[in-house]
Amino acid sequence: MIPNLPTPHLKFRTGSWRTVRPVLQADKCNNCLLCWLFCPEGSIRRGQGHVTIDLDYCKGCGICAHECPRHALQMAEEAPSHLEGGAAGA
Amino acid sequence: MLERIPSIRKAPDEEYYVPGHRTCAGCGPALAYRLTAKAAGPNTIFIGPTGCMYVANTSYGCGPWRVPWIHAQITNGGAVASGIEAAFKVLARKKKYQGEIPHVIVFAGDGGAVDIGLQALSGMLYRGHDVLFICYDNESYANTGIQTSPTTPYGAWTTFTPAGPAVPEGKKLFPKDNPKVVAHGHPELKYLATASIGWPVDLMNKVRKGLNAEGPAYLHIQAPCPKGWQFPPNKTIEMAKLAVQTGMFQLYEYENGEYKLSVKMEERKPVAEYLKLQKRFAHLQPEHIEKLQAFVDARCAEVGITVPAVASAR
Repeated sequence: MIPNLPTPHLKFRTGSWRTVRPVLQADKCNNCLLCWLFCPEGSIRRGQGHVTIDLDYCKGCGICAHECPRHALQMAEEAPSHLEGGAAGA
Repeated sequence: MLERIPSIRKAPDEEYYVPGHRTCAGCGPALAYRLTAKAAGPNTIFIGPTGCMYVANTSYGCGPWRVPWIHAQITNGGAVASGIEAAFKVLARKKKYQGEIPHVIVFAGDGGAVDIGLQALSGMLYRGHDVLFICYDNESYANTGIQTSPTTPYGAWTTFTPAGPAVPEGKKLFPKDNPKVVAHGHPELKYLATASIGWPVDLMNKVRKGLNAEGPAYLHIQAPCPKGWQFPPNKTIEMAKLAVQTGMFQLYEYENGEYKLSVKMEERKPVAEYLKLQKRFAHLQPEHIEKLQAFVDARCAEVGITVPAVASAR
């Protein structure tokens, strides 16, 4: 099986675009995988018991939090260091 | 043969359209691409006519696909795909290629499928090439800054159809119904369906059905565009679902001359509930909304959606 990694040719980390980030409350997640399938980036990973989020590429659109039926995901303000270009530049 | 996906849990984990692309946050077409690539699997060749999904996905030497991809001009996605499919057939016949023939998929926008790319699409279907032609419909020319396209709904603001004192409704024309254009004029067509990113498992199964068909297939996917339609990026899926629930977009398969509806509905929501969430319709007056509702009612009746539009109690 091929791992779900970004192609090595892409040097972008689109996560630096983000102004808000999704925060997962793992105990509320029942692994229904709606956020996984609805993420346009493919930033959400399937896991044991609950999903995980790849913040390197998440653009902070908020679809995952909006669609989560159990409100396990909330959008939170991004840290100022991130907004100043703390993450790898795009 | 690609198997039917019974549920979200059984959807393949592998991605062939991977992170790093520079589409806008909350991009509907990007999600359509991801789901299509997921459903089609590794033995696939994508043809990408010019459009958002070419411009925003590629920069020099880079692209987010893990399968072969080729750029075509906006006019000729169907022709490039025809050539690729025909070449594989010839190579296989001459025993110069022994592998499994790859899936050939054109991923065109509404410009590359419904407007300037229509003749290449029609030619490909007419000649009967074994290609799946997908139109991701964001109802405008979005990568050049939201100009009107033939699928832009009546009454929508675009930079080419601004609302003002002379033309209060913005766009005056009613949209072209491409699935219908395709369905009724191409005897070689083996499968046709419409899909929505609001129903992702249904979308992936339609991609697989189109690929399994021995001959040309056409899939029209509605993919909301937060920038062009002017709604917050977290509401992309909500907008896709509302489009279907109001009847603005109808989900069906068309096989053997019959429409088969994909979603069961008890009733439809009035189009006003869909329009009020998008700023591109903010200028519409009640008489315009009435006109659009009448158009939607008629279109729904044609494909067999007989339930009436009923305002919710809230």
